[in-house]
Amino acid sequence: MFRFVLKGILRDRSRSLFPIIVVSLIVALVIFNRGFLVGSMNGMFKDTAVISSGHVKVMTHAYQKESQLMPNDLALMDVDEILKDLEIKYPNYFWSPKISFAGLLDLPDEHGDTKSQGPVMAYGVDFLSSNSRQFELWELEKRIVLGRMIKDPTDALVGHKLADKLGLSLGDQVTYIGTTMNNAFTTFNFTVVGTFNLGMGPLDKQMMLVDIEGARMALDMDNAASEILGFMHDLYYNDDASIEIRNEFNTFHSDTTDLFRSSMIALRDANQMGTMIDLVDWSVFIILGIFLFIAMIVLWNMGIMSGLRRYGEIGVRLAMGETKGQVYRSLILESTIIGTIGTIIGTCIGLPLTYYVQAVGIDYSAAFENLNSTTMIMSSVFYTQVTPDLYYIGIIPGVLATVFGTMLAGRAIYKREMAQLFKELET
Amino acid sequence: MSNNKVVEIQKLLKQFPVGGDFFTALSDINFELEKAEFTGLVGPSGSGKTTLLNIIGGLDSPTKGTINVLGMELGSASHNERAFLRKTKMGFIFQSYNLLPVYTVFENVELPLILNKVESKERKRLVTQAVEWVGLSDKIDSRPAQLSGGECQRTAIARAIVHEPALILADEPTANLDAKNSHQIMNIMVRLNKELNTSFIFATHDEKIMAYLRRIVHLEDGQIVKDEIIENPEMGAI
Repeated sequence: MFRFVLKGILRDRSRSLFPIIVVSLIVALVIFNRGFLVGSMNGMFKDTAVISSGHVKVMTHAYQKESQLMPNDLALMDVDEILKDLEIKYPNYFWSPKISFAGLLDLPDEHGDTKSQGPVMAYGVDFLSSNSRQFELWELEKRIVLGRMIKDPTDALVGHKLADKLGLSLGDQVTYIGTTMNNAFTTFNFTVVGTFNLGMGPLDKQMMLVDIEGARMALDMDNAASEILGFMHDLYYNDDASIEIRNEFNTFHSDTTDLFRSSMIALRDANQMGTMIDLVDWSVFIILGIFLFIAMIVLWNMGIMSGLRRYGEIGVRLAMGETKGQVYRSLILESTIIGTIGTIIGTCIGLPLTYYVQAVGIDYSAAFENLNSTTMIMSSVFYTQVTPDLYYIGIIPGVLATVFGTMLAGRAIYKREMAQLFKELET
Repeated sequence: MSNNKVVEIQKLLKQFPVGGDFFTALSDINFELEKAEFTGLVGPSGSGKTTLLNIIGGLDSPTKGTINVLGMELGSASHNERAFLRKTKMGFIFQSYNLLPVYTVFENVELPLILNKVESKERKRLVTQAVEWVGLSDKIDSRPAQLSGGECQRTAIARAIVHEPALILADEPTANLDAKNSHQIMNIMVRLNKELNTSFIFATHDEKIMAYLRRIVHLEDGQIVKDEIIENPEMGAI
């Protein structure tokens, strides 16, 4: 009977081609939609995480309290030991120290006088360690507009808008003017080796990136860091896991008399990010739920239409001695075959599309040009994200909804009056 | 019930609920059909032919009375038992052929054998034989859309006889056919009846069919008003 059913499906295009196209499209849309929602939301979290909060981050309790002021006099000391400890205790995360500092950036002319000068917000990031993933995290390969990556502790990358504002060129020596961690006046020369475009309006106007060793030299912060950022290895923010290690870490470091005790916060603990994460989780859940529901209605309707169109065939089969249960089961078998084929095709369409947009992104820079959010750092390029569930999520609309629709529609078989078969089959 | 009795009906009553009342479709029907009979249920529209055919085919249940078909008491049989009886021992021929359009002649005829779980090699033999019987060997790989009305009905007949049922129920099998095709179809069925001893019951008011019947049961207003044996039907000449 299976081969008989299969032959029918293959030959009857309205029973196979059309439903398979519908199922494939719906599955592809569900996959892309989920990838886009998760990707764009996680993209927002990722940018915030990379630039500001990590998935979790460790700092001193005192620094945490004043963090808006970038109080490097309250920074973590003996960072190498803390890093070793974190790597052993929390191997699901990789850890990277960071120094946040601000000051003035001065561009001298050929006589050493100030040619241009402006405020700068700078991050000293661990770019140059052998196992560093910071180039990957910052996506500098595609974000560098001019020049090259940082190769030396005195190299600096400057936001392209800041470079334009100050008239910076590649190779220029710029002087950072600010204070050390001991609150002493400092100047330090960096060489501009490139400009970048993060696609985040306010940051591109005043940001400079340097290697953490350069920042340490500039600020006299030997083996110190403002914060240590932790990231899941797959770079996908896992709220539950982050909360769990935050609680565990803080329970262990709970000496309230020590202002300089290490303290961990999760991404959700940053300003309003918790609300945002909850909102995003619910939004993704609701949007996908609605989408799946609509998909199920479409597929259910398709099951009903198919049942109506094959009313005669079903009648003949019942008259010939198939039981209603057998007919019902064969319809479910058919819809399972169609749903499975459609799901495979839809997944083969949806996944590469999602992978493509994950790599290339969708640029909304024009819309975000004037956004001045500082709490939440938003990228103007949205990327999808391929998560493991995308490989099987298509089963829900593709197979389950199709089969469920057929099961509901097929109940009509049980209501069919056998005594009317001859009359019905006369027409 | 003797071995030769295919159908035995006693004091059959069939009523349908209509509004708060009942419409009596058949009443006081007593009817017996012997093996290899070639019988027609004849009467005007609404006389109860199709209802009686439905009940004999196990597609409907009697309100009262007993009906025994091929050794099974249908009044007390479950839906599945009746379906099993239809599948194994009955064949159906419809006015509108009701072939499955996406399957070939071979596959349409093969369906009852698949339902009866006949092994593949044996299926091929039986289908080829049935298609030969109805003279469609050259069309065995054609689909219904490529066949004429007469060829479609011959395919339907092959499908009805392929599993060698003891009883074939045919509801106006020639109603959609011209005279030439109707005679051709009737000749095939007469031959099957003679050579395979298959019993036939027709519901019809087609004069062309009546000429072939050996027994005509006249129905009027749900009752048998006349049950006649035809001495020299046209089939005798075949």
